[in-house]
Amino acid sequence: MTDDPDLSPATEARVNPRTGAFSWLMRARPTKPGETYGVPGQGETIWLSILSIATLLFAWWLVTWMGWVKPLFVPSPGAIVTKFVDVWQNGFTNTSLLRHTLVSTGRVFGAFLLACLLGIPLGIAMGMSPAIRGIFDPPIEFYRPIPPLAYLPLMIIWFGIGETSKVLLIFLSVFAPVALGARAGVRSAAIEQIHAAYSFGASRWQVMRHVILPSALPEILTAMRIGIGFGWTTLVAAEMVAATEGLGYMVLSASQFLQTSTVIMGIIVIAAIAYSFDLLMRFVERKVVPWKGRM
Amino acid sequence: MGLAINDASVIYPSAEGRDPVEALRGINLTMGENEFIVALGASGCGKSTLLNLIAGFLAPTSGEVLLDGERVSGPGADRSVVFQKHALLPWLDVRENVAFGLKLQGVDSKRRYRTADKFISLLGLDGFEGSPVYALSGGMQQRVGIARALTCDPKLLLMDEPLGALDALTREKAQELILGIWEETHKSVFFITHSVEEALFMGTRLIVMSPRPGRIAHRFDLPFSRRFLGGEAARQVKASRDFIELREEVLKIIFADEEAA
Ligand SMILES: Nc1ncnc2c1ncn2[C@@H]1O[C@H](COP(=O)(O)OP(=O)(O)OP(=O)(O)O)[C@@H](O)[C@H]1O
Ligand SMILES: [Mg+2]
Repeated sequence: MTDDPDLSPATEARVNPRTGAFSWLMRARPTKPGETYGVPGQGETIWLSILSIATLLFAWWLVTWMGWVKPLFVPSPGAIVTKFVDVWQNGFTNTSLLRHTLVSTGRVFGAFLLACLLGIPLGIAMGMSPAIRGIFDPPIEFYRPIPPLAYLPLMIIWFGIGETSKVLLIFLSVFAPVALGARAGVRSAAIEQIHAAYSFGASRWQVMRHVILPSALPEILTAMRIGIGFGWTTLVAAEMVAATEGLGYMVLSASQFLQTSTVIMGIIVIAAIAYSFDLLMRFVERKVVPWKGRM
Repeated sequence: MGLAINDASVIYPSAEGRDPVEALRGINLTMGENEFIVALGASGCGKSTLLNLIAGFLAPTSGEVLLDGERVSGPGADRSVVFQKHALLPWLDVRENVAFGLKLQGVDSKRRYRTADKFISLLGLDGFEGSPVYALSGGMQQRVGIARALTCDPKLLLMDEPLGALDALTREKAQELILGIWEETHKSVFFITHSVEEALFMGTRLIVMSPRPGRIAHRFDLPFSRRFLGGEAARQVKASRDFIELREEVLKIIFADEEAA
């Protein structure tokens, strides 16, 4: 290799595996005991995350403080905090912030719960039975890629402008990813695990209960995380029509009056709730499936 | 316990333009109480297929598999399988994994944990009852798999390369362990391995299989495990003249098969 005068010095200079920003792409370092060598993306991220948030906040503060953009477009971080306190104390359109938040969380979590209760069993059934898969695969795959905004008018025509069409819209956006995740999870069990259970005389039901379901759990939990994300995404669309409460409603009507600080404040509240729930789900994941990816 | 395979053949149907594979042809094999049959042969000669046939995961294309005179119609608790890997359940700890078969059979938790603990100590895993299985070494995981297969007191133990993933030292220890258990429990064992030495040392009978179509090409009766259980040291058995001669003979057969293939 190195005695090839033509290639080696140049190549080495270009991709020296020991130095350079992308050295981590070339080789993995030995792990600490208790970790598994070579697991993709393993490692601490918390400090970098804090740094990343701090940088973004600083940049935001800087552009507003220096007056590079008008407050109408980007209000300062301080203005958002002031707005938050203001709306917290005085409410928005005669409704308290807490109430807006509770109404929206209720819609999202109600739809999420419903989607899990129906989607997970259906997904598992689709994974287990070709008949059920054959029946439900086309409709789910058909509506899944359609943006909720596109069928929102239909929901309203069919179910009116009340709570039903709002929750249903969110439900539909959560349902597909949860059901498809559960369906894929059914495939996680190794065939040896399934055969072992059968060779102990297990019934099909027992194999499902004791082997297939537990091994599908990591994927189901991931699907739930993805699903609730879709739920929050759909919230604003759901509250576009004839809503008088809710964070999505607050953001939309504030935007009509060019109250940019309320818009941003609302967005941050939505993001904070969604993110806290995701953290909770990750915690649950660590508690419930500590073996994930380890065997 | 009596197992009889009569003129069994297995043909995997053609798929995606490939030709059908005749994995087994004209297999005749009988197995009595307390026999230890070892299957040896080049990769792809149908050993796992034969094991799946006995386990009941696979039905023969023609011929029959009889267990105590009855046609095998599916897997059952009278035949436990030890797999090469990936067969433990990572959400259960060691004790629960070992007790898994009993749980499926509806044995109450107190009794099944007592039985499990007995086999855990038999396999030298004391102190690890509550450990998660993914935190064990490969050799320990394999012993958990063997303990799990034993708890249901099967008549027939089916092992598909159970020691293939172990290092030489652990492997020899595991061989002696399995022989000890075999002597103690009087089970019948069907054991697949790639190691000629292991095959000769463990079995009471050896079948050497040939590929395309998979068939039993040679059969040998083996005295060595009895000698080991009679008190002779394992290494001494494996270094004895007749052992080495037979080992070379079997190796020659397998190499000839590989070349013909
Ligand atoms: N599910 C299957 N579908 C089609 N062909 C198969 C299938 N399983 C095995 N075969 C073929 O049958 C033949 C025997 O396979 P088998 O797994 O029994 O071999 P083996 O002796 O266990 O090999 P190894 O020692 O590598 O495990 C092989 O040629 C293989 O390609
Ligand atoms: Mg095999």
